Amino acid sequence: MAAYIVRRLVWVVFLLFMITLITFVIFSVLPSGDPAVLRAGRQPSPQLIATIRHELGLDKSKPVQFIDYLGDILPFLGHNGVDFGYSYQNSEPVLPAILTRLPNTIFLTAGAVILWLLVAIPVGVISAIKTGSWLDRLFMTLALIFVSAPVYFLGLVVLYLFANDIGVIHLLPGNSAYTNAHGFFQKAKALIMPWCVLAASFAAIYARFLRGNLIDTMQEDYIRTARAKGLSERRVIFRHAVRAAITPIVTLLGLDIGLLLGGAILTETVFNIQGIGRFAYQAITDSDLPVIQGTVLFGAFFIVIMSLIVDILYAFIDPRVRY
Amino acid sequence: MSTGTGASDLLHAQDSGIDAIVAGNVGVAARSPLQLFWRRFRKDRVALAAGVFIVLLLLIAILATPIRKLVGAPGPNVQESGALDQFGLPTGPSSAHLFGVDQIGRDIFSRVLAGAQVSLKVAFIGTGLSVIVGTTLGMTAAYYRGWVDTGISRTVDILLAFPVLLLGLGLASACSGAQGCLGGHLQPGLPVVIVIIVIANSPYVARIMRGQTLSLREKEFVEAARSLGASNRRIIFREILPNLVAPIIVYTTLFIPANILLEAALSFLGAGVQPPQASWGQMLADATGIFQSAWWYMVFPGMALLLTVLAFNLVGDGLQDALNPRSGQSR
Repeated sequence: MAAYIVRRLVWVVFLLFMITLITFVIFSVLPSGDPAVLRAGRQPSPQLIATIRHELGLDKSKPVQFIDYLGDILPFLGHNGVDFGYSYQNSEPVLPAILTRLPNTIFLTAGAVILWLLVAIPVGVISAIKTGSWLDRLFMTLALIFVSAPVYFLGLVVLYLFANDIGVIHLLPGNSAYTNAHGFFQKAKALIMPWCVLAASFAAIYARFLRGNLIDTMQEDYIRTARAKGLSERRVIFRHAVRAAITPIVTLLGLDIGLLLGGAILTETVFNIQGIGRFAYQAITDSDLPVIQGTVLFGAFFIVIMSLIVDILYAFIDPRVRY
Repeated sequence: MSTGTGASDLLHAQDSGIDAIVAGNVGVAARSPLQLFWRRFRKDRVALAAGVFIVLLLLIAILATPIRKLVGAPGPNVQESGALDQFGLPTGPSSAHLFGVDQIGRDIFSRVLAGAQVSLKVAFIGTGLSVIVGTTLGMTAAYYRGWVDTGISRTVDILLAFPVLLLGLGLASACSGAQGCLGGHLQPGLPVVIVIIVIANSPYVARIMRGQTLSLREKEFVEAARSLGASNRRIIFREILPNLVAPIIVYTTLFIPANILLEAALSFLGAGVQPPQASWGQMLADATGIFQSAWWYMVFPGMALLLTVLAFNLVGDGLQDALNPRSGQSR
């Protein structure tokens, strides 16, 4: 087990290095636009551009630029401390800028995760036990509709119907309410709509997945054994079947949380929440390379770490897994 | 399913031969896998209806121009200032403009039709290419094992760790200059979107196909083919590939709706299809500013997107059930 974790950690470090390299290539080598020109403003003099190029370190060769960047993200190489570099737009250090937006993304993700699990698990279990019933059909039809609905369309429709400023029914705080909200409860209230919208498609996916797994699990021999022992149906379902069927959900959940912590771009954009996703999107619009690199690396970091956690967790929750 | 002439088919032929002998006098004919599949699929009325919807949608996309002329709608990029009201605001659905007009007086009906072409192109070309690339990589890795497998699998792992939407946004904005990127080989717009889809999907396809091939390559019919002196290429394409057709179809139908949504998301964020070309995602982005007064601008492209994705999902579920009757997935 320890050897396995060490092996995985080495791989994680390599993975993050490769992601840094690829991100650097995509954003620094591919584009034809010059960040120094963007930064210099309108009709800059060639001297000004040259000065900015020098300040940003763009006059160095690409490999040297890459090593400089590694210095910004690694504590033991860092020349100015670990700050992921400085934004081309406003010279703000990137890492602190990401960290100030992280709580918003975490708040959005956490609420949505709780909501979708609360919906998906009962729906999945009921649908699997009562396969073919009208309830199952209703649930699965709804699930398929939510799987197919794009988040931003759902977001707009919900705002149109329920936002307290422009909605048909003035019910919930609408777009931008989160930015103006203060305190936990006001913020939570402002997030009700984003939570529901973000959770909708995930709840649908998880319910379908759990139902499928549970139906397969109920065919297993050990379920027949449990029934033959004379256990109550409730005990067979919850103690034996659901426990096994829910294990693959952990993988899915880990990866999805990792993905969302890197920024729920679409939801954050529609509801104007200043999270990491919106930050990344803004940076891409501005060709702000250090911020793009920082956010991509940060997002990838969450994905990689969450999949590591999931693999290790598996050894504890699934007795069939041995390392 | 493909009718190759490999050893697997010989085995099948033998099987059905025995069936035919056993059932010979009663007059029962053996059914091919395709017939079995069709018998199961056509019982699924919902999936069948969704399939009909997709065929209709394809026809609409192909015949967009004649249909537009038939209802008398202007072209997707024609701006009619007369269609705006006295305050310069867009007007809703009317006999002249079935789905209303947008902020600058363009007909939403013809733009939804033009958007259908984009979505379906992405759906079929993007997914098709991803499946071809992914299957080739997966089969190669699993068949040859060793360093080939290590190289491909590790690359796949790296690609899977990328946040797809961010990567797509980044590639799209890097290539959005007038010259495109990669020395002008990659132009902004639909080609970039398709490249992003291939990069995002083929690792998944490769991983799945690698797993399937790993178990297939140990089967007796592969051994039989090898002992008959078949070349590697023949074993891969004539023995293993036909057995991958079912999973390939299932995953293709799963990826198509996801890719339509990915294109729409990229276009929604302004990194996909470039204006003035209409696409559903970009129309929804435009609608964000005025949806409280012009509900039609949000509803029609949004519903088009929702129904299209839903139809592909329904057909996908139906195919999955029909090809893999044991699984309890879907509805």
